[in-house]
Order: sequence, then C-alpha cells, then structure tokens
Amino acid sequence: MGSGTRRRRSGTPRLRAGVPLPLLLPALAGLVFLVLPLVALLIRAPWRSLPDQLTSVAVWQALRLSLITATAATVVALVLGVPLAWLLARARFPGRRLLRALVTLPLVLPPVVGGVALLLALGRNGIVGRWLDSAFGVTLPFTTAGVVVAEAFVAMPFLVISVEGTLRAADPRYEEAATTLGASRFTAFRRVTLPMVAPGVAAGAVLAWARALGEFGATITFAGNFPGRTQTMPLSVYLALQSDPAAAIALSLVLLAVSIAVLAGLRDRWMAAS
Amino acid sequence: MTTRSVSGSGSRPRPRPRWTLRVVGGCALAALTLTACSSGDSDDSGDSGDSSKKSASGSSSEELSGTVTVFAAASLKESFTALGKTFEKEHPGTKVSFNFGGSDALAASITSGAPADVFAAASPKTMKTVTDAKDAKGTPATFVRNQLEIATLPGNPKKIKTLKDLTRSGLKVALCAKEVPCGSAAQKALTAAKLKLTPVSYEQDVKGALTKVQLKEVDASVVYKTDVKAAGGKVAGVEFPESKQAINDYPIAPLKNAENAEGATAFIDLVKSAQGQKVLGQAGFLKP
Repeated sequence: MGSGTRRRRSGTPRLRAGVPLPLLLPALAGLVFLVLPLVALLIRAPWRSLPDQLTSVAVWQALRLSLITATAATVVALVLGVPLAWLLARARFPGRRLLRALVTLPLVLPPVVGGVALLLALGRNGIVGRWLDSAFGVTLPFTTAGVVVAEAFVAMPFLVISVEGTLRAADPRYEEAATTLGASRFTAFRRVTLPMVAPGVAAGAVLAWARALGEFGATITFAGNFPGRTQTMPLSVYLALQSDPAAAIALSLVLLAVSIAVLAGLRDRWMAAS
Repeated sequence: MTTRSVSGSGSRPRPRPRWTLRVVGGCALAALTLTACSSGDSDDSGDSGDSSKKSASGSSSEELSGTVTVFAAASLKESFTALGKTFEKEHPGTKVSFNFGGSDALAASITSGAPADVFAAASPKTMKTVTDAKDAKGTPATFVRNQLEIATLPGNPKKIKTLKDLTRSGLKVALCAKEVPCGSAAQKALTAAKLKLTPVSYEQDVKGALTKVQLKEVDASVVYKTDVKAAGGKVAGVEFPESKQAINDYPIAPLKNAENAEGATAFIDLVKSAQGQKVLGQAGFLKP
C-alpha cells in the first residue's frame, strides 16, 4: 500500500490510486483471515524450548522423509501427469469431459476416502494389490513407496490442471507446423510443445510438491504411521498434538518455514505461468 | 422485508407466519444440536423449554426435560446410544444428544468451552485435562474398564494364540500410537510380557488399528475387547493374560457449565445403575 510515493519499475500499476474501498476492505479482511492463524502459530510457539524440540532425531527423520517422498511424488506426477494433461488438452475422443472430471476428483475427495480407495485397489487384499502380492511379493501399504503413491494420488491433479490450462492457452499451430515439416507427433511434443508450456509445468510441479508435502489423510490411511518409514511431518504433527502440543507447534513451524521458502523462492517462475 | 409486510399483510397474510414458523423451527433444530439457543452463562433465556427445566430442579428427577448433551469416547458409541434411548423412554420429553470422538479431542473441546453436560472418557489422563481446567463438577467416577485383546482375521488363519506370537517374523501387526490411550496400554502389556514388537504401523486411534485388520492389510492388531465385539464376525478376538496389566479405567463426570445439570446427574446414575452396567457388559466392558 505504501508504494504510492515510491517509484516502481515501469509496467507495475500504482496501487494507491485505484483501489476502491469496497474492494480494499474485504481484501484486507481476507488477508487477515488467511494470515492470522499463522501469526497465532508464531506467537504461541515455544521459542525457548524450540532448539531442543528441533534437534531431536525424530523431527529430522520425519522432515527428511517428507522432503524425499514429496519430491518422489512430484516426479511420479510429472512423468504420468504431463502426458495425461496433453491427452486432455489436445486429443479428441468421446467422454473427455468425464475423464477430466475423474482426473480432478482427488482435488475434492476427502483424502481419507482417497486412502481407503487406494487400500481397496493396491492393498494386500486389493483388486490389483492382491495380484502384485502373489506375483511379485510386493505390498505397498506400510512402505515408503506407499507414502509416495498416496501423495502422488492427491497431488497429481494439481499438476494436470495446471499443465492442461497452459496447453489450452498455447497455440497448437506451432505443433502443426512442426509436423508438416516432417517431425513426428512425439518429436513435436518434445521439441515444440514442452518448451512452450514449461512455465505451466513448473507451476504445476511446485503446487503438486507443496500439496504432497502437506498430505495427511491418504498417507495415514494407506501407508500407516511408522517413524522413519512412513511417518511424514504432518503425521508426526498430528500425533504430537495428542500428548505434547508444544512439540506439535514446533513441528508445524518447521513445515511452515519449508513451505514458505519453496513457494516464495519459486514465485517468479510461478507467476510467469499465468 | 418490512416494506413488504406492510403492503402485503392485507392481501396475503400467509408468508409471514410461515416465515416465523421457519425461524422457530430452525432455532429448535439448532437447540437440539447445540443444547440450547442461549449461551451457557445466562440464567434466563426466552426459551419455552427453560421454564419447565427450572421447575424440574425443585422436584424429583422423574420430571426431567430438555436435552442432555453427552461427550463420550468413541469406544462407548454402541452402548451409550442404547442407554440414551433407554433414558429418553424413562424420562419422556427429554433428549440425549451425543458427541462421540477421541477422548483427547473431546477433552480439548470441553476445556475450550464446548456446551456439554456429561463427559465420559476412555482414560483417566484425558479426564484429568478436564478436571485440571476445573470444568468438571465433583470427582469423576470410574464406571467401566476396558481390556485389550488381539484382533486377527476371521478364523485366525495365522494361528495367533499369545502376545508373543505377534513378534513372529513375517507377521504384519498394527498397534495404536503410544500417544493415544490404546497405544500406551498396548505398550504397558508388551513391557509386562518383556516383549519387543515392531509393528508395520502406529495407528492414530483404536478404530484405525481395527480397520487395517478388517481390510486384511495386517494380520493382527492390539485393540480393546469392546472393539473386537463391535466388529462382529469381521475379526476374531484372541485374549492374552498380559492384558490384565494394562486395563483402562473409564471415568465419567458431570460438567460445571452444564445447561441441564439434573439431566446430567440422571444420565450418570443410569450409566452406573445395574441396567446400565448390563448394557455395557454386553458390549464387552468390565465392571469397575
């Protein structure tokens, strides 16, 4: 708001001049609503005992696992999600709308329901999991891979939506030109489309990563809770809350700091996507 | 709204009473869920049910009325629901409304001012949260106890007979997390048996541990006797002697900010009565 007097770089509209009060007041209320709980977390944080809380092995174990699994889930989402987004944006086939609805379902599905669904599909007794178990001896629940699966399930729609939107905004004529010049459809996708939608892919990846980092419901339902193997930060926050609220606040602060650092660090690239 | 009622009251009198009806109905509905429209500290609200409540305080407990709000541990769901129906039948005009959940969460909401008349917890520790905050009236009474049991797949295909069998390699076991009552009880039993058990998961609550068995994702879990009973044929129960070392007491207490203090006392009396103990015993609870 105080930017009125300071000259900013050209292209940035000056704030003070044109914000009508009926917009400004709800906007500020919205800001307070979103930021106040975080401020409360900072105020009530046990700053004095914080060093002890944070140097415990359990915290680092959970944080490390969270970072590894969220990154792995993002990779899974990228490998599977970008082609899926391309299919939704470019290919024409009956039932595409229904497909899009199904793909984005985990966005609105309660994560616990997602976890139960994953158990019924990929669990030891699930429709596919039973076969995985008998043929390969692979069971996903209660493993770190299970955490990645749960997180990818919940986070991938964020990537798909973001990439699909960017693809729709990008002009398909460049791809068509490439194919008329002799490139195969896949080469055109790789050399023309992908570089064009890179900001959208990056934005989607960041969103998916952040969502995976905060995943709780599907993880605890599908992968269980075992320190060092499946206990991610959100799980350890929840369990700490049952017996030691101070520890829970300390853990929350760590998660908050990591999330803010990543979202703020990648903000510029993210903005470029829209 | 006012301009419309002035011009329309002569020709169309209907909308207005209907509107009032809806407001009254809505308030009644809200009263059922939130105990009452008024806040806890005001003595006289305009509620019609309030005057009859006052008259009941003078006479015997047979003239109870209004809603009794009971916050109770999730493990009490089946038996308390049945007792609530009995209570409503014995005291016509009353209603018992329940809030079942994890004892920790319930205790936290009571200490932060949730409107409740009775609290029944699954452990003395969670009740202590409430008594420490001076939200309970009098000393809590232990009304039942709960013992652990091993829950395993129907027919017990892995032939689990003792607590030690759970430590066999290749067996997948889920335990409750140490932070929640069933987890600390399980840990106590394991310590008493001098056993070291590495589960595949420390579940967030007892129902989570039971569900993993029902879905056949684990071979066994350590839960309460009452949970095995409530699951019916979906799991098989295996008793083990070490569970005697880790019996959980369930305390119950009326709350200080109760809207319906007489109702609270009457409900607790029912829970402690022979009839109440019979219902709880059928659910698998032990006598205190």
